[in-house]
Amino acid sequence: MVSAAPIAEVLLHNRSNPDCIQRNEIFCPGWAVDNFNRYVDPVIQHVVLVLASVCIGFAIAFALSLLAHRHRWLSPTFLGATGVLYTIPSIAFFFLLLPITGRGRTTAIIALTAFTLQIIYRNVTTGLANVPADIKDAGRGMGLTDRPLLWRVEIPLAMPEIIAGLRIATVSTVALATLAVFVNGGGLGVEIYTAGNLTFKTGIVIAGTLAILLALAFDLILVAIGRRATTWRRVASG
Amino acid sequence: MEAGGERMSGLVPHLSLGALGLFGDAFDFIFHQQPAKTGGGLATVGGLDQVGTLAVEQLKVTVLALGLSIAIAFPIGAYLGHRGAGEGMALAIGNAGRAIPELALIAFMAAAIGVGLGNLTMALAVLGIPPILTNTYVGISQVDRNAVEAARGMGMTGGEVIRRVELPLAVPTIMSGVRTATINIVATATIAPLVGVLTLGDFILSRNVYGDEGVLAGAILVALMALALELSLAGIQWLMTSPGLRLGRE
Repeated sequence: MVSAAPIAEVLLHNRSNPDCIQRNEIFCPGWAVDNFNRYVDPVIQHVVLVLASVCIGFAIAFALSLLAHRHRWLSPTFLGATGVLYTIPSIAFFFLLLPITGRGRTTAIIALTAFTLQIIYRNVTTGLANVPADIKDAGRGMGLTDRPLLWRVEIPLAMPEIIAGLRIATVSTVALATLAVFVNGGGLGVEIYTAGNLTFKTGIVIAGTLAILLALAFDLILVAIGRRATTWRRVASG
Repeated sequence: MEAGGERMSGLVPHLSLGALGLFGDAFDFIFHQQPAKTGGGLATVGGLDQVGTLAVEQLKVTVLALGLSIAIAFPIGAYLGHRGAGEGMALAIGNAGRAIPELALIAFMAAAIGVGLGNLTMALAVLGIPPILTNTYVGISQVDRNAVEAARGMGMTGGEVIRRVELPLAVPTIMSGVRTATINIVATATIAPLVGVLTLGDFILSRNVYGDEGVLAGAILVALMALALELSLAGIQWLMTSPGLRLGRE
């Protein structure tokens, strides 16, 4: 509360100075305060885009990893296919889908999902491959068959790699989702690209900053989930 | 009535041929010039000439930005990795880099500094630096210290250790950073027309001039360019990897 007064003064000072918008300065705090509400919907749309893409991407990539874990010969195919999807720039992907799914959120989610597959797939398979053989032997010695061994030994031990993959995929997707505006997919890009906004610095700065903060928030949540999912680490070190 | 009839006739083949029809139109757009959608049909668009010009521009921007990224990120990453210092910083740059929203970056550079090739190159280099710096650092700092000790025992100086031991062993990791950087840069170069540099993205962004077939053609061309760059870099990585390491890698 101590710092509230000076900040209020700064805001008042800028508000009493409408020239800020006229001169298109880098950041006009007065405008930001007055227009706070216009960013609510884009942020929600952005969160929906990212959550949908990463969740669907995780479901597909995780299933592919388990398949490749059991049938090793599938791995090069999956790696190649997800690699192609990863390499195609999202913005090109949006418009490749245009004749099939048209303009809209679905198109954006499909393209962003395709982008996340390789990142998650690589991390899950690496995590599973790095589980030490003697630990798996110990599990077998305790009577675990393939499936319980996978779910109770291999996946928990691969969890740090899996979470690391999810973090990379999520943070990158938050940044890429700003491009969804080009196919009317909504999100924070709307506040950057919509007519006239490409030259309005305050609008760009606010939308860009919100996107970075969103990425940071998602990252922190995933770190927390990772902590909870690897309780064995604390037991082992304690 | 006439306008309505025209719209109908425009829609019918579109619907009957479905998605494949538009893909056909897009390939037609790539190979043959046709009248622009605006400007009273006087200007022509599409065709291999325009595709070539825009593709060269996108490649030029990508190569310039990638070169700038490597020139900045590689020496810093290699030095830090060799010294084993600054791990927190090297990794944090890589993580933070992923969070940079491409569209906001390009828009901000254009609005705050100005449009043009130089500014665009700088903006794109900002996207290329993080993965190259982080991967160079990780690749070199992960080189087996025993190998480095052995090299020193053979009388190599610090510079020789970097050039003849650490770099060859770190090539796969460094190149994977360069490939990530290239994909980021070439993808973002697609929106370069927003800052006045006409790349293949112009087909995508100026639908009123090129029509839906032009937009789709642009998407196909950008995707092909990204895949071609990725394949070439995979080839370069293979050539750069020491022959002794190509077979022995697990």
